[in-house]
Amino acid sequence: MILSVNDVRKSFDGAQILRGISLSVNKGDVVAILGPSGSGKTTFLRCLNYLEIADSGRMTFSGIDYDMHSLAKKEIAAIRKRTGFVFQSFNLFRNKTALENVTEGLVIARKMDKKEAREIAEATLRKVGMLDWASHYPSELSGGQQQRVAIARAIATDPEIVYFDEPTSALDPELAGEVLSVMRMLAEEGMTMVVVTHAMDFARNVSKHVVFMENGVVVEQGETERIFSCPEQDRTREFLRLEEKL
Amino acid sequence: MSERLIGILTDSFFKILIPGLTVTIPLTIISFALAMIIAIAVALIQFAGVKVLKEIARFYIWVIRGTPLLVQLFVVFYGLPNVGILIDPFPAAVLVFAINEGAYCAETIRAGLEAVPSGQMEAGECAGMSYMQIMRRILLPQALRISFPSLANSIISMVKDTSLAANITVTEMFMATQRIVARTYEPLALYVEVGIIYLIFCTVLSRVQRWGEKRLGRYRI
Ligand SMILES: Nc1ncnc2c1ncn2[C@@H]1O[C@H](COP(=O)(O)OP(=O)(O)OP(=O)(O)O)[C@@H](O)[C@H]1O
Ligand SMILES: [Mg+2]
Repeated sequence: MILSVNDVRKSFDGAQILRGISLSVNKGDVVAILGPSGSGKTTFLRCLNYLEIADSGRMTFSGIDYDMHSLAKKEIAAIRKRTGFVFQSFNLFRNKTALENVTEGLVIARKMDKKEAREIAEATLRKVGMLDWASHYPSELSGGQQQRVAIARAIATDPEIVYFDEPTSALDPELAGEVLSVMRMLAEEGMTMVVVTHAMDFARNVSKHVVFMENGVVVEQGETERIFSCPEQDRTREFLRLEEKL
Repeated sequence: MSERLIGILTDSFFKILIPGLTVTIPLTIISFALAMIIAIAVALIQFAGVKVLKEIARFYIWVIRGTPLLVQLFVVFYGLPNVGILIDPFPAAVLVFAINEGAYCAETIRAGLEAVPSGQMEAGECAGMSYMQIMRRILLPQALRISFPSLANSIISMVKDTSLAANITVTEMFMATQRIVARTYEPLALYVEVGIIYLIFCTVLSRVQRWGEKRLGRYRI
């Protein structure tokens, strides 16, 4: 098991957003997190990478146990160096080219040799089909292209797990397709991924596990096939029925 | 125009221009460079919300922006000797201009930092970078890019404000002009002349600004 979190809780201004979420991820797993808007999916993912600090919860990541509420800056830095995060709104560094967006984390955060970083970055950009755009700035790229560079940035550091927060929600269907096919390729290569998504096709066909969240709790989770074919909870069934209709 | 006047104007042109090039311009450049260092430090302190330092930064900006530049010059040059601190005219002017401009530019840069979307910081954190690394390589460059037109405005204002240094015996362009006026009794022609030289300096700076914006501007903010 590469990641396991237990009983994650988080409130904002007295409102409980996460009411005890637990999740386990094995190496090579693709876990899809589904749920209606406002159910706390983004908040949960942000807690996993400490962009938000949970009120309580335990995490075991790569064999080390952490108290999610109180851990040292150094521990957070160490965890982040071994994870990748892909945002809904891409968040590419606007003052850096596509290539520099990828090398930044290697050269600056991980003190890698510049030449080696460049080679890795180029190989990663090639993988996501963006090598030809290496010297372009984010403002010169389409949303789909930006998201593919963002994925390259997240995976170039050879992370043990990559978190995706609705990576295609800000994109037209056509552009979403190119991003989803990159993610599918990563899944086939055995990348461990936790993906918050509304893309039901992706969840159904690529993910191994599905977690259905609502109001800050996990309503149901299990093997993808089982969740889609015979969900146990009425809420899950209803959610899937509505989503499939869209 | 009389031949005498033309003679005075051509004769005085270089007498005014030379203190412009040797005093006004260096005074502006040195003061502005120091002001930028102060401004970036003060902006970072405020942006990061460093506890006690933040209060000091607010106090500094409050005092400097709330008092006239001329008063500040007089306090430092004529006032401080009372407590045994004597500073030569030029360094005193540099000190006051740097501290004064630093307060205004600090606010400009702080606003620039706040205009950078929070996702830029978060992306840096997720890439494993430290706060200072993100600040130096991602946030500050973007903030300076955003602030660039305002900062260019500030330096253009400063070229003109250096004329106040005449009041503390710095022989910059304006004082040089006053001296020639005292000798020749041609205030209209000579003050217009020095005005034109200021205008030339500021025009050059505006050009530099436009050129700079183009060079900086390959990425859009
Ligand atoms: N920083 C914050 N401060 C206050 N409230 C917040 C904050 N972040 C999230 N919330 C609240 O927490 C709730 C859950 O938000 P979250 O973004 O985690 O939901 P989500 O499941 O990702 O929804 P969506 O599908 O719309 O992205 C929302 O009601 C939101 O308003
Ligand atoms: Mg969300």
